[in-house]
Amino acid sequence: MYSASDLRKGLKIEIEGVPFDIMEYEFYRPGKGQAMYKCRIRNLLNGNVTDKTFREVDAIGQPDLEEREMQFSFNDGEHFVFIENRTYEQVMINPEVVGEQKHFLAEDMTVKVLFHNGRPITIALPSYVEKKIVETEPGARGDTATNVTKVAKLDTGFEVAVPLFINEGDIIRIDTRSGKYSERVSKK
Amino acid sequence: MESQDGQQPLPASASSVAAPPPPASALAPFLPVLELRSRVLQALRGWFIEHGFIEVETPVRLATPALELHLDAEPAGDHFLRTSPELHMKRLLAAGAARIFQLGPCFRRGERGRLHNPEYTMLEWYRANATYADILLDTKRLILAVARAVRGTTDLRYQGRPLLLAPVWERLTVAQAFIQYAGWDPVRNYDAARFDFDLVDKVEPKLPREVPVILTDYPVAAAALSRRKPGQPEVAERWELYLAGIEIANAYSELTDPAEQRARFEDHARQRAARGKPAYPLDEEFLADLAHMPPAGGIALGVDRLVMILADLATLSDLLPFRE
Repeated sequence: MYSASDLRKGLKIEIEGVPFDIMEYEFYRPGKGQAMYKCRIRNLLNGNVTDKTFREVDAIGQPDLEEREMQFSFNDGEHFVFIENRTYEQVMINPEVVGEQKHFLAEDMTVKVLFHNGRPITIALPSYVEKKIVETEPGARGDTATNVTKVAKLDTGFEVAVPLFINEGDIIRIDTRSGKYSERVSKK
Repeated sequence: MESQDGQQPLPASASSVAAPPPPASALAPFLPVLELRSRVLQALRGWFIEHGFIEVETPVRLATPALELHLDAEPAGDHFLRTSPELHMKRLLAAGAARIFQLGPCFRRGERGRLHNPEYTMLEWYRANATYADILLDTKRLILAVARAVRGTTDLRYQGRPLLLAPVWERLTVAQAFIQYAGWDPVRNYDAARFDFDLVDKVEPKLPREVPVILTDYPVAAAALSRRKPGQPEVAERWELYLAGIEIANAYSELTDPAEQRARFEDHARQRAARGKPAYPLDEEFLADLAHMPPAGGIALGVDRLVMILADLATLSDLLPFRE
């Protein structure tokens, strides 16, 4: 268990069996009263953000969390299959846990999988991935403006806004946290 | 040209070359804030002098800090740094002082946040033969005078919202506020575990922000050093001032009964020991003098928070240049 004085930004805690991440943390003492710790916390299972106030005397749950590096292997149509880098253990992860990041996964990509009580709850991809454009309107040659965009489709079906000079077959870098175009890596 | 006394004139180039600009200092942005703070301190002192108060200074190092359940004093050698000048100022009242004020540093161990710093400036003032109602009148006049002196108006804005210091100060009893915002009455059924929590979690966030708010008449269990209300002994004559939802000051009709004061100190000492917190020795000189203290009203006001609001700053980090 944690005590309230252990609380800090980034600490992972557990409330009623649910793991949370502390996003913001604020010490506060009313008048002559006891110390309080006002926190903004994010539910690690569904991403929801709520406010929670802890008292000095509260005992706060410590979640059983483990982060493991794993390689993406394949999608069997129902689950995403990952291989543990060191033990070669195979882990099946539900599509709900992978979420929209499925569009940026590629075979052999190393990701960080967070386990809560032995169950995978989130995966973290590298911040940037390189993807090939499979479909877009022909590029406007010489137009290097980046503030005008068009839609382009990745091999995973994901649609991303790209500058006009991007062509089919180009490799681009995408920010996996925002799902946005970052830069062109190579031309076809 | 040679001067009369034989000194060489300075080379012409020395005066025409500007001094190199000082290196950019992280402290520079605080200079306007310090200037405003200086004017607040002058306005505060001016108001008290004008109203017949004398400024006093009492020890910062104490052998016996006030025993309060939740306040931890910072150790300083074989003494402690004061959490408040309250006990010494009351001894001056017992000695016959009629109107006294003090501006100076106080210390609370481990307090650090947007609205807390382990070292801060406290303003305390006391009136003999007065109650918390008299102190409320002082406070209104003082706050308005300071706002006019440093901002030229009592219609302020704080963090994008209006804060109208005049004419109305909203008054809510603690019972009213808790029934309305937390759904229970701490005066009828005090619950120590819930009181502070609901105050912070449910009541304070709902208090009106556009006008000053007085939260008054605390349950006796949260009386601290205030007396019971005559004719309504289940509440204590204590109020707190909130500006823009931020707690600024804490006022009492002071407890002058040495037996009840001793019992409260001993109760706090027992509860602190039970929680593994240091218990400080009783201040016997204070308890002896309390028997001679006239009825009095007194208040402690956080000067840093007041300046923070007058300067429209979001956090003490924007106010204090040398914050750790």
